[in-house]
Amino acid sequence: MRGLSMRLFLVSLRVFMVITKFCSERIAKYAFEYAYLNNRKKVTAVHKANIMKLADGLFLESCREVAKKYPGITYNEIIVDNCCMQLVAKPEQFDVMVTPNLYGNLVANTAAGIAGGTGVMPGGNVGADHAVFEQGASAGNVGKDKIVRENKANPVALLLSSAMMLRHLQFPSFADRLETAVKRVISEGNCRTKDLGGQSTTQQVVDAVIANLE
Amino acid sequence: MAKRSVSILTRLLTNPSSPFTAPTRSITYMPRPGDGAPRTVTLIPGDGIGPLVTGAVEQVFEAMHAPVHFERYEVRGHMRRVPEEVMESVKRNKVCLKGGLATPVGGGVSSLNMQLRKELDIFASLVNCINVPGLVTRHENVDIVVIRENTEGEYAGLEHEVVPGVVESLKVITKFCSERIARYAFEYAYLNNRKKVTAVHKANIMKLADGLFLESCREVAKAYPGITYNEIIVDNCCMQLVAKPEQFDVMVTPNLYGNLIANTAAGIAGGTGVMPGGNVGAEHAIFEQGASAGNVGNDKIVEQKKANPVALLLSSAMMLKHLQFPTFADRLEVAVKQVIREGKWRTKDLGGDCTTQEVVDAVIAALD
Repeated sequence: MRGLSMRLFLVSLRVFMVITKFCSERIAKYAFEYAYLNNRKKVTAVHKANIMKLADGLFLESCREVAKKYPGITYNEIIVDNCCMQLVAKPEQFDVMVTPNLYGNLVANTAAGIAGGTGVMPGGNVGADHAVFEQGASAGNVGKDKIVRENKANPVALLLSSAMMLRHLQFPSFADRLETAVKRVISEGNCRTKDLGGQSTTQQVVDAVIANLE
Repeated sequence: MAKRSVSILTRLLTNPSSPFTAPTRSITYMPRPGDGAPRTVTLIPGDGIGPLVTGAVEQVFEAMHAPVHFERYEVRGHMRRVPEEVMESVKRNKVCLKGGLATPVGGGVSSLNMQLRKELDIFASLVNCINVPGLVTRHENVDIVVIRENTEGEYAGLEHEVVPGVVESLKVITKFCSERIARYAFEYAYLNNRKKVTAVHKANIMKLADGLFLESCREVAKAYPGITYNEIIVDNCCMQLVAKPEQFDVMVTPNLYGNLIANTAAGIAGGTGVMPGGNVGAEHAIFEQGASAGNVGNDKIVEQKKANPVALLLSSAMMLKHLQFPTFADRLEVAVKQVIREGKWRTKDLGGDCTTQEVVDAVIAALD
């Protein structure tokens, strides 16, 4: 009997993580500018440059360069694994965090979970010419069929992101009214969707927000 | 950079809650890349207490590391005209902060304040007369915004002597100017969640002039069904202001009445030493203390350096919002509010005895 001979095709997959000085510099610049404009005291760069010495090293260099221009803002660095641990142990130590793409996704979701869940965190995306606003973390999270069927999705995150959008469009009064109404509904606590411990439908939350608008 | 399709008109001074109760923003503001770049602002210290109070603003901005760079120019109220280089500067920078410029009584020297407004077509003047927490006044719940047409009316500057001993002074009211100030007032009300606009007039006497003003207001009111509109004759208005100021919200007025109403409302709410305000046109904006732009204090206050810097500090906070640095504006307002509420550092007009510098130091210490 002929032995089964299997030929193993060894396919080597190379995944390139591309880090460029241009992009690292501009995100670092944005982070420090954001901190400056919003009276934030500290910017923390998240990296794994002990392993990815060149790629994350380049990212860090760019952050350090930009940090020199903002002497009033504290700058420090943290390795991403330690960062995840610190986030769940002592999140109060963090203020503004600037990260490359992947770490940012993970850190954002973790921090959002710590602070109350991705159902309530506002966020946005911005470039030199355009801006896209969507719920803070987990942009790819479109919920499960059950939530869709029962119409019980949490609208808070997108409502607050739309308030950021109103500010971006330079309608700060409307943004404030919206945020105040949403905040009031959440703090009153009797109209919450499942992820916040309640049982309401999306429409009920919306009606509550509208009722709380002044 | 995205083109800002929203005109400067609607950017000015949107002030959702009172400047005195503005909380630190709970939700963040996401700037466009490059929004942190410093802006240059023309600074005109002016006469009398002007240099003292503009100096106060400069010190506080320095302490906050605000992204504002001042270009200072000396202008005095007795000059015949505003120097050309100053005009160029304001046209270039689009935003100006000034102390007072005193207009001499009589003597044929026209007001430099007016010249600035006319040449740059800065047609709307806005004063927010609002109670300050910690400052006790006869009336509570005062929150009046007086929007005043800035370029025509009784201030057209057209006077002549018909025959010796007989002088004619022309008050000019145009549909164009009345319409645009009415539009500004309603737009302001809409953007700031205000419920009522009141037009102040004397159309029972000046039937054509003030009648035209009223017609323009009524036209514009139709486009804003959500906002209540009413009219009040200026003499009754003055009386109502001192008797029951809570009934007023936004007031739109022609030039002269606006000056008087603004000063009265400012006095009711706590004094012209604390009310913020500004002037805006389609392209330029000038910020100065809310009412009494021509009031440069008396020699004694200048000598003792006891002018009240609060009004100009708050106006400069409005300017920061106009320049789209809302966080800096909020920090400044919160610090000033704290200092007033604590009550330890007040100048003479608020019942204390401090110098300008002491108030400035207190505000800087209160900054977070």
